[in-house]
Amino acid sequence: MREASTSPIIQVAIRGLMPVIQLVGLYVFFHGHYSPGGGFQGGVLLAVSVMLGRLALGLEMSQVVFRSGIAVGLSAVGVMIYAATGLAALLGGGEFLNYGFLPIPGLDPPALRNLGILLIEAGVTVGVMMALIAIYDEIVESRTESSVLATFE
Amino acid sequence: MHWQIEILLLVILVVAALTALQLKNLLAAVVTLNIFSFMSAALMVSMGAIDVAFTEAVVGAGAVGIFNILAIFRTTRRTLD
Amino acid sequence: MKTLNRILLLALGVVLAVAVAGLPPRGDIQAPSHLAANATGAPVAGAYYIQNAYRHARTPNMVTVILADYRGFDTLGETLVVFTGAIAVLFILRRRTP
Repeated sequence: MREASTSPIIQVAIRGLMPVIQLVGLYVFFHGHYSPGGGFQGGVLLAVSVMLGRLALGLEMSQVVFRSGIAVGLSAVGVMIYAATGLAALLGGGEFLNYGFLPIPGLDPPALRNLGILLIEAGVTVGVMMALIAIYDEIVESRTESSVLATFE
Repeated sequence: MHWQIEILLLVILVVAALTALQLKNLLAAVVTLNIFSFMSAALMVSMGAIDVAFTEAVVGAGAVGIFNILAIFRTTRRTLD
Repeated sequence: MKTLNRILLLALGVVLAVAVAGLPPRGDIQAPSHLAANATGAPVAGAYYIQNAYRHARTPNMVTVILADYRGFDTLGETLVVFTGAIAVLFILRRRTP
């Protein structure tokens, strides 16, 4: 939340957990070709690590982990990476999102498809991670709670 | 031995769902809901759908729990009904 | 009202139990979705993916190939839905400048 948690247990536990969760998220993303996982799960794991930091360390101390305010723009960048991969295949002479036609010389179509899958998984990872962080930041920073609560009490 | 584990997981699933409905303390209800998500992920693993189980565990027991805790912090800790 | 709720829930449970009882057993290789061709002789998509996924994309995880390559438009829509959710929350909750 906005202030840091007062419990030292939560502070220490989450400071230790955050890098581990980020490492697992990166592993899930990069190993998506060979094991269960992929862009969506890796992106959610990376977002969860940042959100746990926000929850325990407070909004100001967790700015060093990830600065709030740039998340929405980076989410759009993630979606654009995905669409740009499809458009690059369109430029190479194939259909939209047909990675076998990516304009990279020296690779046969299966290797190009492998590369295209990696590119769009990167786009999905960035998009989902930044979208979740953006939702979290907007909810924390909005100041509409008193009027909403007054209607219930 | 396999089906006894599945029966156990299903019983925990139903008990967790009913407990989450009955609890007045919303933070405890969120934790119970996370147990529900995790048990359904374990059931999906036992059925062989590893990718779906992974998504369910990450989203249902991770991100949704954090968003629910955030909503509790912004509103009230106990239900009003 | 409470008894009506319970009766409706019980009826839903009975309908679901009957429907689940009609499904083929899990892992049955004779199930219609696991055959190479269905009852009318048309090829089934699952068999095609299983036979060709590694040859097409050189990626061992078949699920990733289906999600990201064969069904690429679907995943693009999924990412757009998450992005649209973030944009909608931003427009609803961000304080307007007076």
